This record gives sequence, structure tokens and C-alpha cells, in this order.
Amino acid sequence: MRLLNRSAGRLSRHRRGPLAGLVVLLLGLLMTGTLYAVFAPAQAQQAESDADQVAKGRELFLVGCAFCHGQNGEGVKTQNGNQIGPSLVGVGAAAVDFQVGTGRMPMAQPGAQVPRKQPVYSDEEVAQLAAYVASLGPGPSIPTADDYSIEGLSDAEREEAITRGGQIFLTNCTACHNFEGSGGAMPRGGYAPKIRGVEPKYIYEAMLTGPQAMDNFSNGNLSPEEKRDVIAYLGSLEEAPGYGGFGLGGLGPVSEGLFAWLVGLGSLVGFAVWIAAHTTRSQKKKVEA
Amino acid sequence: MSDQNSHDHDDLVPSTFEDEPIANPGLPAHTWRPTDVDPKAEKRAERQVAAMFGLSMVCAVLFLVSYFVFSVGDEWDTVGGLGASNVALGVFLGGALLFIGIGVIQWARKLMGDHEIVEYRHPAKSSEEDREATLAALSAGLEESGIGRRPLVRNSLLGAVGILGLPAIVMLRDLGPLPGDKLEHTLWRKGMRIVRDVVGTPIKVSDLEIGDLVNAEPEILFATDSEGEPVLEGVEVQIAKSKCAVIVHRMEPDDIVSEQTLNWSVDGIVAYSKICTHVGCPISLNERTTHHLLCPCHQSTFDLTDSGKVIFGPAGHALPQLPIAVDDEGYLIAQSDFTEPVGPSYWERDPQ
Repeated sequence: MRLLNRSAGRLSRHRRGPLAGLVVLLLGLLMTGTLYAVFAPAQAQQAESDADQVAKGRELFLVGCAFCHGQNGEGVKTQNGNQIGPSLVGVGAAAVDFQVGTGRMPMAQPGAQVPRKQPVYSDEEVAQLAAYVASLGPGPSIPTADDYSIEGLSDAEREEAITRGGQIFLTNCTACHNFEGSGGAMPRGGYAPKIRGVEPKYIYEAMLTGPQAMDNFSNGNLSPEEKRDVIAYLGSLEEAPGYGGFGLGGLGPVSEGLFAWLVGLGSLVGFAVWIAAHTTRSQKKKVEA
Repeated sequence: MSDQNSHDHDDLVPSTFEDEPIANPGLPAHTWRPTDVDPKAEKRAERQVAAMFGLSMVCAVLFLVSYFVFSVGDEWDTVGGLGASNVALGVFLGGALLFIGIGVIQWARKLMGDHEIVEYRHPAKSSEEDREATLAALSAGLEESGIGRRPLVRNSLLGAVGILGLPAIVMLRDLGPLPGDKLEHTLWRKGMRIVRDVVGTPIKVSDLEIGDLVNAEPEILFATDSEGEPVLEGVEVQIAKSKCAVIVHRMEPDDIVSEQTLNWSVDGIVAYSKICTHVGCPISLNERTTHHLLCPCHQSTFDLTDSGKVIFGPAGHALPQLPIAVDDEGYLIAQSDFTEPVGPSYWERDPQ
């Protein structure tokens, strides 16, 4: 008892100290949190039902998307038959997850290219929008990690997947996206975006749904395994050592030639000009021996 | 003009210019460099040049050292994302060459003489005596060989030299044989299945959705004979691939504009040669929204809804369309070979 009194006395000495209030507050918060975690029902937040998701998605859609895509996602046409926003019936959840999840939709302004930007909607909202658009008509659903990951394969199978993925990539994708996936120019101001460093899920969804001007590579065109292999190949490019030094964007001979001519030869010419422009001359006359 | 310099130049410049209407001012006075007038500066420059050459030697030795010290292979990003071996070898070899260059330039600019020198051209013509002597020697030779007096010798020599040209001309035949009608035909035949490139699987109509693009080849490229050996091998495969490659694209049937494209399509699926008609680049940059196919090499653009018509760029011919149909099992097949040569134009392509 004496011991207790003594230690209480010691603590009590600090009760007017500058940090006392903060310590009490933290202790209080900690206790409240612990008690809540202990006594709260384990399944407080039930997963939203599908119908709820669709309903919430529709509300978001009416505010953020309906202006261009129509109130029921039927698309809006201009007077001369062009589309302001295409119909979303049958594009599936995968298309929404790609377009909204990468920030491409909603568009900042119409134009030749829809660039990737900071997403406007949270992951939860993207899922709600996707659920709503998927309810408009059957379409590809959002792929899961099992679809695009080669985690479960043995080393030999992985190597095979990467090799086949490389061949498929070079046949089907290189034309627009460059042999290293660095992207390239398309007609009328558009471009095929860089696809290195893009999340596998979005690459898979892009192949599945063909965003904007890109062609589809539906499951009837490239099988799910072939899509997985392409993603495995792109992943292997990330890990491939750059023995050649600077990649210069991996754009091929144009950027390399430009670098050699402008930076390489340019600095040599500049050096030569500098040498020729700097000569010190003396006012003195030479004294003949 | 100082006495010193006018004296230098008077030796070289002829004294005729006094007659000219405007007196020739001659060359400006030569100014000296510090190294010409100051022995200390001269010594210093000498040491600088030697130091540069010395640095070059150091770099060369360091090059040899780094060749043996740094390993090549797994350690490819030691120095700022570059391999230590690459960087060291490059920097030291570059330095060894650069310092020799800098040393030589320093030597030339500071120590070597830099007097302006005038050197007049002399006539290119030989002297009269030389010309006459040469002509005399030539006619003496002609006279002694008797080429004018002995027509048999002269004519047989001309004949021998003339015939010698024939082997050279006949050997040009090795550039051949002429291609004949090979350029006009590919391996596509009536009823041959269209299969996906790389994997070689046939394509069902129901496999393709609107907007799908398949890079495809004829089935025979992946076919095997009764013993399991490929029908085509080696260079034959490469040639066949480069001529037969097609792209298969599915669009809304209503998007198709031309009658021919519609007749040669199946439910909005069209097949076109993948070889650009300009200089033969493989093309598959398709925009599904416009159905325009762009060649990355020179931006020729073809309209897939309208018989592959050229709508932009240097290509001279429409992109050849492959007439396609469906077989009993629902797979895409060719109706026939291409009806025109695929790939770039050539002289005999369109006989007048």
C-alpha cells in the first residue's frame, strides 16, 4: 500500500505538466477503441447487396456520366450522326473498371485522345458504377488476379508463357504500342499509350474491351491464357536488365538517332566553335634573338 | 603595318599591286600570342600539352584495369542505372582519346607557328617542251608497233577485247531467275482456313466480337504431313508468311460501304492483306472507331469499309481484300486467293 501511494504520488506530481492533457486524451481514445473492438458485433458492415450497388451506381451515373452517355446508358448522338458518348449497353463491368478506374472517364474535355489521369471516383464508387453498367446488358466482367497472374505456374511453365506472350505481343500489339510497350502515334492527334508499368488488371481489361480506338482482343480472339501470357511478357520486360545503358524512352532508332545527332555531334561542334573562338593575343612584340 | 611584318610578307606578295586603282592594303599586322613573346608562358604551355598526353596514358591504363576488375553480367545498374564495367570502359577509353585530342589542339594553338602565309597558284599546264616531247614519244611508239600497217593484228585484238564483254553480260543471268507470276499469287486457296498467327488455331465466326482484330495466316503454314513434319519449312515459311499475312476485323455490317467489301465479308468480318501496298511494311494499326488502317512507316491510311481504298499517304494501290466465307463447321475460310498481287507495286503489275 505504501508502494502504491508512493507511485501515485509520483504520477500526481506530473498532473499539471504540459503533456498531461495529451496523455490522458490518448489513453482515453485507446481505451474507447479497444472496448469498441471487443464489444462491437463482428459483422457490423455487411457486404452491400448487388441491388444496392446497382442503385448507388445509377445515382452516380446520372450525375457524372448521363450527360454524354444518356440517362440509361443508351449513348447520345450529335445531329450529324457522330457520337457524343457511345452506348454503354453490353460493354460490361470490365470497361467501366478500366475507363473510370484509370481516370480516363469522366473525360476532362473531348479530343483526339483520352489520357489517363487521377481517378475521380473512389474504388467503391467505381465498383458501384461498374455494377450499374453491367446491369444494362451482358458484357465482360472484371478479371480477377487468377486471370492475369502467373504466380501458380512452375518455372518452366512461366518461361513458356513469357515466350509465347512475347510472340503474341509482337504480332498483335507492337504495331501501335511499340516493341517495348512504349506507345506510339496514331492518326489525327491520337496516340497509343505507353503500357509498361500499367497494372496487369487494366492491361487485361483493355484487351478485353478495346477502349476508345483500340481493337478488341476478346476471349474468342486471344484466349484468356494468351492474354495472361502477354501480361507475363510485359512483366518480364520490367525485370529485363538494361545492358545497353540509357533506354532513351525505348522508342527505337528515332530517339537514339536524335540523341546522337543533337547531343553527341552538337556538343562536339560546340566544343570546336569554342576552341576556335578563344585565342589570347599579346600586345607585346616578339624580340628577335 | 609594322616593319617586322611588312618585311615578312614582301617576300611572298608580288609587288604588282601598286598599279591597281585602289592600293592593296595587304595582310593585317600579325599579332603575337603570349607563348610567342613570353618564355615562361611557352614553358607553361609545353607542360600543359605534356600533362594532357600524360592524362591520356593514365586513362588508357585505367581502361585496362577496369577491363579486368569490373564484372559484366548481373551487375548492370551500379552507377546511376548503368553497369560499372560499361561506364568505366567508356569513360576511360573516351578520356584516353579526348586527352590526346586536347593535347594536340593545345600544342597547335599555343606552340606551333601561326603565321599567315600567302601561296600563289602556278599554271596547271606543262611546259611547251614537255608537251612536244610527249607527243613525239607517242607517235614514235605508234609507228614502231605498226598498228596502222597491220590491220590483221589490230582487228583480231579488237575482236578479242569485244568478245571478253560477253561473259560479263551472260553472268548477269545469275541475278535471276525472273519471278514469273510468283508475285501475283500467294498460298491462299479456295477453302483454306484462316488461322490465328503464332498459335495457329482456326477462327470461328462466333469467336469474334464487333471491334475484334486478329492477325492471321493461312492454315498451311501450321499444317503437318502424315509423319508430323511441317509441310513448309525454313525460308519457305518466311516467304509464305510475308506474302499471306492478313488481318481479320469485325465491324458492324452496316458500316461497310462498298459492294465488293460486303460480298467478300461474313457478318461484318473482313480480311485484308497485312502488307502495305507502298513499300511492304506489315500494318495492323487499326482504329476500330473509324475502321482506318494506318501504316506506321509512311502513314498510308486505308479504309477497311471501302475495299481498302487509300485515303491518305503515299500508297499507290488499295489494300488487297481476301474474299472470305464460312465452312460447314463454322470456321472462316478463303473464297479464293487474292485477286490482285499483294505488297508493293512493281513494273509489270498493271500491264498497259
